[in-house]
Amino acid sequence: MAATNRRTFLQLAGAAGAVSAFGLAGCQPQGAPRVVVIGGGFGGATAARYLKKFDPGIEVTLIEPKRQFTTCPFSNLYLGGIRSLESITFGYDNLRDDDDVIVVHERAVGIDAEARTVTTDGGGTFPYDRLIVSPGIAFRYEETPGYDVAAAELAPHAWNGGPQTRLLHDQIRAMEDGGVVIVAPPANPFRCPPGPYERASMIAHYLKYNKPKSKILILDAKDSFSKQALFEEGWALHYGDMIEWIPRSGDGKVVAVDAAGRTAITEFARHKAAVLNYIPQQRAADIAVSAGLVNALGWCPIDYPTFESTLVPGVHVLGDAAIVDDMPKSGNAANTQAKVCAAAVADLLAGREPGVPTTTNTCYSLVAPMHGISVTAVYRLTDKGYRGKAGSGGLSPLGEGPKFRAAEARYARGWYGNITNDIWSRT
Amino acid sequence: MIRKRSALRATACAAAVGLPLAALPAAAEDMAKPELLAANCFNCHGPNGESLGTVPELAGIPASLLIRNLREFKSDTKIATIMNRIAKGYSDAEIEAIARYIERVNQ
Ligand SMILES: Cc1cc2nc3c(=O)[nH]c(=O)nc-3n(C[C@H](O)[C@H](O)[C@H](O)COP(=O)(O)OP(=O)(O)OC[C@H]3O[C@@H](n4cnc5c(N)ncnc54)[C@H](O)[C@@H]3O)c2cc1C
Ligand code: HEC
Repeated sequence: MAATNRRTFLQLAGAAGAVSAFGLAGCQPQGAPRVVVIGGGFGGATAARYLKKFDPGIEVTLIEPKRQFTTCPFSNLYLGGIRSLESITFGYDNLRDDDDVIVVHERAVGIDAEARTVTTDGGGTFPYDRLIVSPGIAFRYEETPGYDVAAAELAPHAWNGGPQTRLLHDQIRAMEDGGVVIVAPPANPFRCPPGPYERASMIAHYLKYNKPKSKILILDAKDSFSKQALFEEGWALHYGDMIEWIPRSGDGKVVAVDAAGRTAITEFARHKAAVLNYIPQQRAADIAVSAGLVNALGWCPIDYPTFESTLVPGVHVLGDAAIVDDMPKSGNAANTQAKVCAAAVADLLAGREPGVPTTTNTCYSLVAPMHGISVTAVYRLTDKGYRGKAGSGGLSPLGEGPKFRAAEARYARGWYGNITNDIWSRT
Repeated sequence: MIRKRSALRATACAAAVGLPLAALPAAAEDMAKPELLAANCFNCHGPNGESLGTVPELAGIPASLLIRNLREFKSDTKIATIMNRIAKGYSDAEIEAIARYIERVNQ
């Protein structure tokens, strides 16, 4: 069996101290186990990289249509005018050149779990021993009358990076002073729980210095939100009453959108905006749906120690698409989940029992350019799922002074530089 | 698929990171592998603890000093912005395994 040969190889190589030689292009031994990874975002690119790190003998193929990946993290800083789009855009040269990952810039269109193959829009067929899927999210347009792909060109969600983010940026730049920017976050669960509130903060930063008569209205489908007290403390400090938050219980939930009229419609009111940032309900990306990886709610149930789908054997799902109970849908969570998944896949391919999982998550947010806040957790696997270890983790303290907030703002930038360097290259 | 436990596990993970077996600490049964525990630090501290920016570099710090720092964060004898919250998530045995791994991988 291939896995056994592989193990023997590794042992010999380990004894000779020359494991890395197996990572060289063209040196894959016959019958090396094959892993295909779909999606080169936070989860997938990390998984590809750490698979090679944990076992250089595995042949890893990454399938990702984009040649350049613009991150959602720090896209709010771009909206705030303190970061360029180029500075949050990365490539795959490191994976291809340094880590010996086969990078294929095509879209996966089919998964045959019986034959264990992935097909792409380029006509390719890629066989795998194990498949890792981290395709991110798609939007449930059907939930909101008046909102669809065409409406998103008028009222951008800007929740998937790239062109939508640029559109929202340009609309905010073009609007007149005195206008209202509506940010309308969805109900849970959704990608990046603190994201909409960091976005409101960064837009407020831009407006404060450029269009100070303007307002931001957050029309929320929820009655509370991530890091709420910390955000509200910072908003009062930096933006006075520029940001107004309307919870669901105060008629905050947007039930329909008039995109051409830039109007958000709630149960009892119509709110006209200069810029309407409507963030729709979400689900796992299309490929997860067509491959039968999702439950009735549109998310992918998994076996927690290995991230293997409970619906389709041999396929592992992680990141935003997966149900990883108690971990938020964040890039940092996807990064640490991918490491657990990579280790488990390496174990399974070598015929070993997967080891004990361990994950962490930290979400830094900027309330102002030099005002950072954070929430962090160190997770253990319990019989209920991943749970923060008692007595650890939690929020930045309330009531801290500017020194502490500035330190966290600097560390947020440090985190961004290092996590992206843990995943991609500059080109 | 044939599954074998423990004995081979340590061998293969030593091989995978190219390390001599003797360098591995004895792992408790319910403890994650050192390279996985440490990989969870790298999202902030950079790959292998090599930092590009404001978060302190871990590469090059001897294990003994890493352990001392982490224990001080854990017991709040050293106060910082986030490490107190993080260090409390790890047992003393895990801290030791992480520190030894970070030292070794940067040698
Ligand atoms: C405004 C905003 C701010 C955020 N800020 C933060 C933050 O500060 N910190 C944080 O940790 N997280 C943050 N996030 C969340 C973070 O962006 C996501 O949680 C993260 O991207 C999830 O990783 P993923 O691998 O699941 O999906 P993604 O990173 O979206 O990657 C999915 C990839 O799969 C590819 N793909 C999809 N379908 C296919 C297919 N059929 N074939 C091949 N490839 C495919 C896509 O092209 C994409 O590259 C933020 C999100 C938003 C919207
Ligand atoms: C969320 C980001 C983050 C994560 C995850 C993280 N650290 Fe840190 N670390 C920091 C920051 C920021 C500092 C600076 C001190 C502070 O303000 O907390 C730091 C400081 C340290 C220091 C002190 C270094 C010095 O020279 O002063 C050590 C040691 C350390 N971390 C080890 C670790 C280890 C080991 C892990 C993994 C278990 C880890 N860190 C995970 C952000 C992080």
